[in-house]
Amino acid sequence: MKISEDVVRHVARLARLAVCDEEVHGLASQLSDILEYAEQLQQVDLTGVAPTSHPFPLKNVLRTDVPRPGLPREVLLANAPDDDGEQIRVPAVLEG
Amino acid sequence: MEFETVIGLEVHVELNTNTKIFCSCKTSFGDPPNTHVCPVCTGQPGSLPVLNERAVDMAVKAALALHCQINQDCKFDRKNYFYPDLPKGYQISQFDQPIGEHGYLEIDVHGDRKRIGITRLHLEEDAGKSQHAADGSHTLVDYNRTGVPLIEIVSEPDIRTPEEARLYLEGIREMMHYCDVSDCRMEEGSLRCDANISLRPVGQQEFGLKTELKNINSFRFVQKGLEYEEQRQREILAVGGEVVQETRRFDDVSQTTLTMRSKEEAHDYRYFPEPDLVGLHIDDAWLARVRATLPELPMEKRDRYIRQYQLPAYDAGVLTSDLAIGEYFEAVVAAGADAKSASNWVMGDLLGYLNGRSEGIAATPVAAVELAELIAFIAADRVSIKQGKDVFKVMCETGKDAKTVIREAGMEQISDMSTLLPLVDAVLASNPKSVQDFLGGKEKALGALVGQLMKATQGQANPGVVNQLLRDRLNALKAVE
Repeated sequence: MKISEDVVRHVARLARLAVCDEEVHGLASQLSDILEYAEQLQQVDLTGVAPTSHPFPLKNVLRTDVPRPGLPREVLLANAPDDDGEQIRVPAVLEG
Repeated sequence: MEFETVIGLEVHVELNTNTKIFCSCKTSFGDPPNTHVCPVCTGQPGSLPVLNERAVDMAVKAALALHCQINQDCKFDRKNYFYPDLPKGYQISQFDQPIGEHGYLEIDVHGDRKRIGITRLHLEEDAGKSQHAADGSHTLVDYNRTGVPLIEIVSEPDIRTPEEARLYLEGIREMMHYCDVSDCRMEEGSLRCDANISLRPVGQQEFGLKTELKNINSFRFVQKGLEYEEQRQREILAVGGEVVQETRRFDDVSQTTLTMRSKEEAHDYRYFPEPDLVGLHIDDAWLARVRATLPELPMEKRDRYIRQYQLPAYDAGVLTSDLAIGEYFEAVVAAGADAKSASNWVMGDLLGYLNGRSEGIAATPVAAVELAELIAFIAADRVSIKQGKDVFKVMCETGKDAKTVIREAGMEQISDMSTLLPLVDAVLASNPKSVQDFLGGKEKALGALVGQLMKATQGQANPGVVNQLLRDRLNALKAVE
């Protein structure tokens, strides 16, 4: 599968990554190579194999609905770049 | 040109579990910011989500109540986007395998029952709460709500009027209350609603260009916002214009809708299966266990009230609008009251009293058996309906039972003949003029005699009985003459 430069730019924008034109060119060909390599899997005969969304044959890993203590607030805030003592402070967000 | 309105609603309901959907933090509302957080719900590296079994129970219950087919094998997916209230950079949701699909909700529109299709119902996690500084300098984020379990309920575009949209939303709330899966408080955000609305010429199959109405924060505004939007689109289309596909919000001050995002960004969430969670298999036994917890649903109950108690549809609607009101009403009837009287008292005096205090039926100061007792006093003509209403007020204010209130107020109505007959004779003896007038053909004179007797009993005599007794006695005198 060929990844175009436009696709690279679009994905970079979705991931909020700043990439310059030279990088876009290089990434397009590298990503194409990676996908082409992975495409070998398409040759495997999957007749009679049900699609799966997870490699483990596990189902229903569940918790009971009982509260447990989490993080003290000061620990959470210590990991944030900025806070007001109670909440995490981030650059202004315009739209809700 | 005649236009037809097409509306579809997306409703988010917070489930009232004790803990979040993928971690053991509490879900309590209104606590100090960032006091119910942990590495999982704040997206710390290396943390792993584990699904809350009760959230699945509740989602399945809600889906069954909305007549959905349950996808017994389903999974969770990542919906990727960046926003500060979403610390992981993705929301765990369900994309192509929602818990429930192809359901419906019935609403009563001016006496006609209408079925609104439900496309899907899926489980997902809520985001945190952002608070934007008034001066636009920064935003503060509270992660207490992050990871609270939500179900998103998407309707088919089957809704045709803003009023139907409100009725649908009220129906969803009623259903969630019946299932006891959410308190559905719009003002606290535990019920949220977005609406899509478009107009098309009557008879046309394809939909017109739609606008999306966001941030509707009350049941009334759902209808008001859509009414405004319907009119706005009609005016554009009537002059041959084109509706701009955009997101708008209802402004309750100006009672209009305003543009939020004029250029609709192409949403590209890059959904993919959540690798940190294994698949979910709801086997038949699990499904049966949840199904067994379903209560009698509102519409079934409504129909039963009409059938079993011969109540008008209006009464049945009010009494079943809340599970607890229905339970109270049935307890009054079970304690011996006539169904229509019980309905009148519950809908009128009791709900009137409670509404006046912004309280629910749970706060009733008069137990169902006590109301039944009061109704029995009235049915036996021991107090009049008018006196009964006064008694009820005193019962509400003092918590005393009907018998005590009536005795203390000395208001018990006297209907007993052996008590009334001597009084009747005494009144006749001491009012010869009125007696003569009546015998002479003046019907009106009877009123004066009734008045005398009521006075003699301080208003406690049963006027109907007194009337009859006086008439009988006077007619007997007439026959003698």
